[in-house]
Amino acid sequence: MSNPSAETLRRTSLYDAHVAAGAKLVPFAGWEMPVQYAEGIKAEHINVRSAAGLFDVSHMGQIETTGPQATEFLQSIFTNDVTRIPVGGAQYALICRDDGGVIDDLFTYRMGESRYLTVTNASNHQTDFEWFAQNAGNHDVDVIDRANEYAMLALQGPAARDVLAQVIDGMEPERMKIEQTTVAGRVALVAGTGYTGEDGVEIMLAPEDAPHVWDALIAAGAKPAGLGARDTLRLEVCFPLYGNDLSLDVDPISAGLGWACALETEFIGAAALREIKADGPARKLAPFVFTGPGIPRQGNLVLKDGAEAGEVTSGTMSPSLQVGAGMAYVDAALAEPGTAIDVDVRGKPRSAEVRGKPLYKPAQ
Amino acid sequence: MAEEHYPEDLKYHPEHDWARVEGDAATLGITWFAQDALGEIVFFEPPAVGTQLIKDSAYAEVESVKAVSEVIAPLSGEVIEANGALGDAPETINDDPYGEGWMVKIKLADPGEADGLLDVTAYRQHLEEGV
Repeated sequence: MSNPSAETLRRTSLYDAHVAAGAKLVPFAGWEMPVQYAEGIKAEHINVRSAAGLFDVSHMGQIETTGPQATEFLQSIFTNDVTRIPVGGAQYALICRDDGGVIDDLFTYRMGESRYLTVTNASNHQTDFEWFAQNAGNHDVDVIDRANEYAMLALQGPAARDVLAQVIDGMEPERMKIEQTTVAGRVALVAGTGYTGEDGVEIMLAPEDAPHVWDALIAAGAKPAGLGARDTLRLEVCFPLYGNDLSLDVDPISAGLGWACALETEFIGAAALREIKADGPARKLAPFVFTGPGIPRQGNLVLKDGAEAGEVTSGTMSPSLQVGAGMAYVDAALAEPGTAIDVDVRGKPRSAEVRGKPLYKPAQ
Repeated sequence: MAEEHYPEDLKYHPEHDWARVEGDAATLGITWFAQDALGEIVFFEPPAVGTQLIKDSAYAEVESVKAVSEVIAPLSGEVIEANGALGDAPETINDDPYGEGWMVKIKLADPGEADGLLDVTAYRQHLEEGV
């Protein structure tokens, strides 16, 4: 029973709810998280595409940046143009090293004129916080680790807003907006964001309030969905995952995230990215689908006419498309949609075709 | 998915494979425990008829959304029939692991090999030991 590695894993405040719902719990970024529930990944995936799924993403971290120079400071480390976030708005950005290598990708909410809340990937939270603190330097800001103060739920799917409407007191946030409101009687931040390509919201609230709100959303019609479905959902809409598609070894331009890089703001890494953009990246992150049998997996090599021409960074059996699908860094000349490639799946070359983004377009 | 069960008329391999021996032939598949550990199976490609299986060696792969697992041959022999229906409906392995979810039929290289496999009591004990 006592697995030594399990003792050090953290549990979210929803652990008991997951066990009660028949979750299969696995170690993930230092946390014991539900990878799936009793119905399984495919059913959870389809439910998010057709109705409403509820995810516990409390493992994700939060950093608050506040103070007179909060905007200038974040502008210096975020790739995107922070000045374009309205108060109550949200923005996707990356943080990079000087050489353009990606430290993390994150969503930031502007809570006030000089107050921001940034959501970090669980595995990167500590690194991110140290990067913030280290670069805050001579800016007049406070950088505060808020990871322990928030649980986080993601309610996603075409019916997500109908489910939320039954338990929210006040306005639902528009897409890319955040509202401080009350959900099932508990104070919460509700944002019109997510990681599935579907409409829906993310809810940040006190950990001790999360079980009550979880139960209320389930009672209102949402079904639990685990990290397995979260991964297949995000992959179908080509959202990158840090640790798979993003890392210190790749830059945002090669990753197809140039739209989130306002180079003129001269953030850390901007000079390197400008050079990569001018030269054109050697490899580009390209979505693809298999045209025959098989499932691509992270680490599989991409072949063109038998020669190595890239590497798969994310791969799965797409529950919506019902084919093997993934994303790979491929030689730039092969990144054009329609290009035929092969993927070496443990010694078997499998036929694939490069596609445009997204691989699956949610119906809305 | 099916309820946990282990038929009494089968022989079991510790790597969670079963064999139904009939004369000098056997039908092979994976146990309830194996399919449950994998989760929903989304891909299985059986070996071609004529392939020689070697006891204790992998002869195929079975894939769930998250994982890939090798299928170990509990016995040696030549594939005389493969379950092609699993190509379109690999979830059959979850739904009916000992019936419609069978993987291959082989002509046994050495029918005496089956004596070395576990019976249901020994396999259940193996599971309880937490392997």
